[in-house]
Amino acid sequence: MSEFLQQLLNGISLGAIYALIALGYTMVYGVLRFINFAHSDVFMVGAFIGYYLGRIVPEGTLWGGCLVLLTAMIGCALLGMLIERLAYRRLRGAATLNVLITAIGVSLLLEYSGQVFFGAAPRTFPAVFPSLNFNLGGLVISTNQLAVIVIAFLLMVALQFIVHRTKIGTAMRAVALNPRAAQLVGVNNDVVISFTFGLGSALAGAGGILYALNYPSIDPLMGVMPGLKAFVAAVLGGIGNIPGAALGGLILGTVETFVNGSQWSTYKDAIAFAILIIILLFRPAGLLGKFTVEKV
Amino acid sequence: MISRREFLLATLAASAGPLLAADAGPIRIGHYASLTGKDAAFGVATRKGILLAVEELNAQGGVLGRRIEYLVEDIQSKQGESVTAVKKLISRDKVVAVLGANASSNSLEAAPICQNAKVPMMAISSTNPKVTEIGDYIFRICFIDPFQGAVLAKFAHTSLRAKRVALLTSTNSPYSIGLSSVLRERFQALGGEIVAEQKFTEGDKDFRAQLTAIRAARPDVVAATGFYSEAALICRQARSLGLDVPFIGGDGWEAPQLVELGGKAVEGTYYSTYFSAENSAPEVQSFVQRYRARWSNETPEAVSALGYDALRLIAAAIERNGTADSRKLRDAIAATRDFAGVTGSTTIDARRNSTKAAVMLTIKDGRPRFFEAVAP
Repeated sequence: MSEFLQQLLNGISLGAIYALIALGYTMVYGVLRFINFAHSDVFMVGAFIGYYLGRIVPEGTLWGGCLVLLTAMIGCALLGMLIERLAYRRLRGAATLNVLITAIGVSLLLEYSGQVFFGAAPRTFPAVFPSLNFNLGGLVISTNQLAVIVIAFLLMVALQFIVHRTKIGTAMRAVALNPRAAQLVGVNNDVVISFTFGLGSALAGAGGILYALNYPSIDPLMGVMPGLKAFVAAVLGGIGNIPGAALGGLILGTVETFVNGSQWSTYKDAIAFAILIIILLFRPAGLLGKFTVEKV
Repeated sequence: MISRREFLLATLAASAGPLLAADAGPIRIGHYASLTGKDAAFGVATRKGILLAVEELNAQGGVLGRRIEYLVEDIQSKQGESVTAVKKLISRDKVVAVLGANASSNSLEAAPICQNAKVPMMAISSTNPKVTEIGDYIFRICFIDPFQGAVLAKFAHTSLRAKRVALLTSTNSPYSIGLSSVLRERFQALGGEIVAEQKFTEGDKDFRAQLTAIRAARPDVVAATGFYSEAALICRQARSLGLDVPFIGGDGWEAPQLVELGGKAVEGTYYSTYFSAENSAPEVQSFVQRYRARWSNETPEAVSALGYDALRLIAAAIERNGTADSRKLRDAIAATRDFAGVTGSTTIDARRNSTKAAVMLTIKDGRPRFFEAVAP
């Protein structure tokens, strides 16, 4: 029983990180209808911002940890908006394929510039948050795992609030529904899209820090696999749907962990992706997605 | 029907021989290694050892009065790159012998190319037996997995008094699979029990699921037979799950990053390797001093010492032979007996493996310390 609970905890903390990254994919898709493949590399940059800052602030303090987290989120938000401004804005209205290829280009640019600037060797991420382990009758809970779950949950609640209860959130939903109509009623699409990229990238930055706290070996290609998984999580939950991305992330993280702990661990990715295929066969729009006919 | 690949290899083999014999300039020795990427620590440390040997030999007037030219290709810790690198070294640079690689997977990729071109290859720290089975041109300067696995099994059984061992194997590393299978066999032969076997893939960062399953099996010792980057994370996550038994591993753990990444979690872990800079033998201490003088006070890694020995062994074979011709060089390397290197006395056996002693190290106060030597 304690093994089951432990695996569940491991799975949820991994899934929470996938969920944070998945939110960025899903938001950009919701507004612009394209997959921002550079998102997983913004996640990597977030971890590296934390790495460099973490060496300056004292280790193992709550304020130091929060400072690192906030700076990485702001840094990544700026990077996300910069990418949108320089690479994607000019392609607004161009064919989806062009934008998609640009996104892959930006992704590779970030990965390989990362190898030039940060070096290709893995670095050890500093323990910026105080870390303790609690043992509850065989169930060991580390504060890092708890922090991941709590911070991810708070960020998702905040996101839900921004999207549904604020003016800019309403504007985002308006642009997602129909960009031209939104523009007609006075929404500045550029500002809204820029904000969406900033928000999604900030979540990726937070994901980068949380991931590095739990798996403290970071390198410029660290975003590739989590990014792919998060993308799958977003599709699984219904791309464009915010609670769906969170749900998809949690499902994927938990399944992966349980398979990993069994004797079929070699097939963990195969099983995770097989589940995706099965779900999409029965629900082509994802778990929480609504199937809509493309308007002409 | 001849495939494109076979055709290419055949052309390589046909062209390499005569061109090499005609050359009278410097003697070119090639090396392929991961100088960047996740296995970079091994490649970089090996290169430093080889370069020291090359510089020392050239300062003494070279070999057969000819200078040694050392050419290194970076394989970026990527599967598939070794083939390109070795083809380039053999066909373009016309090297007489090839050194490398560290990981068995890379050596297994490159060995068929060297074998077909009839250029001797000396693997550095590739301990998987299959490497030298590829052909009579493939050698290695290190001991092999069966020996290392036997050392680890004996160590767990005798020195750590373990009855229950759990295995954690990297499924895409021939090195890790080989080491785990010998360890399992030998430990069971000694009367021990393998209580759990878990797997992971290189590059994984999350091992909590496997470790939780291992924890439930209550082992006395956990053997993680992969490489340092995973081993360090494994130890950290094991400690955070409250799994406090000793962890043991092979020479894949040997890198400063093990302690950098692992921190306190790797304290009290053990691994087997070829060389310890703390060994008080005079030839070892003299090598450590020269290495420190050359590389801004860095302490040599085991792979640095192996690289150093590999180049010296080939140079000695060329000297004995009186020619740098690749085919004759092969016979001379194969005839090496009791070569006095810094990793101990090395003899090349009939299967082109080196026989030499192993050392067990333990991490104490953030440093690998000499624990005990284990004779073959």
